[in-house]
Amino acid sequence: MIRIPSLRMGKPYESLSKTTLVHHVTGDPVAEVSQITGSQIMRDLSKMGQARRELAAIPSAELLNRVKAAAKIFLEETLPCGDTPQSFDDYITNLSSTTGSPMLFCRRNAAKVAYVMGNIDEILAGLTRGMDLSVLDKGHGKQDGRTLCFFPTTDALGAILPSNSPGVHSLWVPSIALKIPLVIKPGREEPWTPFRLLMAYLKAGIPASALNFFPTDHAGAGDILRGCNRSLLFGDSTTTDPYKHDHRVEIHGPGYSKVLLGADVSANYEKYLDLLVESVAANGGRSCINASAIYTHSHGKELAEALGARLAKVKARPWDDQNVEISAFANPDVADRISGMIDNLLQTPGAEDVCVRLRGTPRVYKEGRCAWLLPSVVLCDSAQHPLANKEFLFPYVTVIECPQDEMLATIGPSLVVSAITGDPEFTQQLLDCNLVERLNIGAISTVRLSWDQPHEGNLFTHLYRQRAFAEAPV
Amino acid sequence: MSKYERNKGFNDYFSPAQWFDPAVTLETKVKNAKEQLDQHVRDTVAWHFSPDTGTPFWLEKAKTYKFNPLKDVHTFEDLHLFGTFEDEWLRGGPVDRWVPRGLKGNPVYVFETGGTTGLPKSRVVLDDYRIDYEMMSETLPDQYFPKGSNWLMLGPSGPRRLRLAIEHLAQHRGGISFCIDLDPRWVVKLIKMRQIEMANLYKEHAIDQALTILAGGHDIKCMFTTPKLLAALDEALRAGKLEDKYRSLGKKIPVGGLRSIQSAGIIGIFSGGTEFTPQFTREAYEEMLDNGEVYMTPTYGNTLMGLACSKPIGPHDGFKITYYAPQPRAATEVVDPKDYNKKVEYGATGRVLLTTLTREFFVPRFPERDEGEREMPYERYPWDGVSGVRTFSELAATTVVGVY
Repeated sequence: MIRIPSLRMGKPYESLSKTTLVHHVTGDPVAEVSQITGSQIMRDLSKMGQARRELAAIPSAELLNRVKAAAKIFLEETLPCGDTPQSFDDYITNLSSTTGSPMLFCRRNAAKVAYVMGNIDEILAGLTRGMDLSVLDKGHGKQDGRTLCFFPTTDALGAILPSNSPGVHSLWVPSIALKIPLVIKPGREEPWTPFRLLMAYLKAGIPASALNFFPTDHAGAGDILRGCNRSLLFGDSTTTDPYKHDHRVEIHGPGYSKVLLGADVSANYEKYLDLLVESVAANGGRSCINASAIYTHSHGKELAEALGARLAKVKARPWDDQNVEISAFANPDVADRISGMIDNLLQTPGAEDVCVRLRGTPRVYKEGRCAWLLPSVVLCDSAQHPLANKEFLFPYVTVIECPQDEMLATIGPSLVVSAITGDPEFTQQLLDCNLVERLNIGAISTVRLSWDQPHEGNLFTHLYRQRAFAEAPV
Repeated sequence: MSKYERNKGFNDYFSPAQWFDPAVTLETKVKNAKEQLDQHVRDTVAWHFSPDTGTPFWLEKAKTYKFNPLKDVHTFEDLHLFGTFEDEWLRGGPVDRWVPRGLKGNPVYVFETGGTTGLPKSRVVLDDYRIDYEMMSETLPDQYFPKGSNWLMLGPSGPRRLRLAIEHLAQHRGGISFCIDLDPRWVVKLIKMRQIEMANLYKEHAIDQALTILAGGHDIKCMFTTPKLLAALDEALRAGKLEDKYRSLGKKIPVGGLRSIQSAGIIGIFSGGTEFTPQFTREAYEEMLDNGEVYMTPTYGNTLMGLACSKPIGPHDGFKITYYAPQPRAATEVVDPKDYNKKVEYGATGRVLLTTLTREFFVPRFPERDEGEREMPYERYPWDGVSGVRTFSELAATTVVGVY
């Protein structure tokens, strides 16, 4: 069994309190993860000022080189995972074994994280809108003849991470390049990616004091959010709601991403079926950028039937299958609970799970210790139906027929909207809409992101504030 | 010494020092301790069930028994005749049904547990808390708890035994106890309401009171606290809040600063609570108490029992915490949760079954809200102990732990 320590100022700390992670298929123990207490977290956070100064002393250009080197190390080298050497392939196997996420998805998501690190200058250019990063070295500078001055809002970035998708790690890794130390609370079943990333950073020459890996309980997560002046918080609305008015915490909850088909294209829905399938089901449908609703001006029933027929072909496959399309639930009770909730809400008249009918088998599929949720396409007669604005950890989408001129008043806050339309007036309305974080106009899947544009918060503006500045000889 | 007649009826004070002689083998000590326990069972049952001295509650209860407590109970094992004690019997009044006739006329305290919903459990006490803490006092090393030292009581106030007990302990050792105001019921309510920010503010309020006492020049060397409050005090000290307090009072900060428990002048800590895990103990030892420079002894107690002491803790034992009840005044057994008559094997996990045997209070076989592992007798406590005490797993989901 692998023993994963916590990292306190980069130093391994083996705790007397550990959680055991088991293989989602066999139930065999895979790893023990050292837990640390809230008071230890607070004690270490009190040293983050010094840690930030140590990191900030490295010139930005050099930091970028080290981050890029870490990307290569992450992908290619054997790194310590606690007391066990771990190759990249070992890492993928470990990650899949405890999360139930198929190896194919794990590999794909790990590549995304490495891409962000390997192209960190492009990513930071997107976050800072092309600012010369030497401004951060001095604290101020000139660009295009204008004075720029930024100061850090925190001594460390806290990140309360989920277990369901390793792709989210791409959001916090740039913090090091922005000279802000990391305080990571991994998801219970997913210590693997953050630990390996921190090990890669350490080997690439990032100061140990900037690398903190704090497996802890719910109360400990609260201490991180309380003690770090800036954090990222991933979770469902139950987890994130208490912090929604806390400006120090950037919330990454459900995305409620959507595809809209305008009046000019909705009759030709069949042309966009591939795009719709990708938006709903790519990466197992677990991401906040997967579409959870499709609004169409017309042909809602026909669209739901066609999409349902496509997604009804999705099968549960083992974690190491190369043709895998959906993730298993390491805890089968979670699948039962989600499916039960959907069935319960289907009791409200006005909705039908088309996919279940076309497939002819229930939504939950079980084999051994594992459970899968097969896709659901729910045709709703209105956006007010209780299933119309829901998001779940599997390919789930509602199809709602809605007049184009009512769509934007109905969709609600949405992380990504792909609006398939060539109508200039509708396009202008979409550009004016303040409910959408990332807007795609035209035939673009919701899961296609451009790395040079932040789509969910902006880490740079979270970690730095601009101020007016002037200097003169004394 | 209180006005209470300590030696009335039968001996009720048992010096822990009787077991400290290294020349006596553990085997002999175990045998002697069991004989002492059986004798004390007979004395206690005779007292509580005799018409002259008995406790109204038990005299009434005895009418329903198919056995005669005065004739049929000879050993500790015979207590199974009483079945298990139901804590519901302690909710509501009149509480004087719990005062033995033999002690009528003495001043009575009532102490309560819990109480966030419904009626709290009540226990009447006359002098037991003094006896328990005087016995415990014998186990405290004078090096770290010097006689005559003043104490800080950083724990709950209100209708609880603990505040008075610590005050008595301090006085018994020739010192004075300085106390804070802390209502743990309010903290539990805040947590249930998910008012975490308010709960943290209340904790800060408690710590601020402690800092005021520490800044007051009272030469405090000893402290009682709970794990959470110990951590909160350490955090406040490291953040320089005692130094801030000194500055606000216009006092000079001593050379070396006031940023640790040790530099604040504390050298001995007596602490309690089921939140005491080996990991917390290690953290306290290594990171708050300067690698054991400040002595800390965990204890396990509640309103029904006296006070169980622990074997000395430290890295030599993986920071394992093993508690031993203050036998023969109280005894703990670790039993199969499905069959309270069956003790689990040594090292195995079971529910803690508590029996209290004092002249004031008889509680046979009460299933505690805790579970743990059964431990072998130890030289200073030659009877079974319990380690790894934590909330009984079947109850854990419904239990809210506040600061206390």
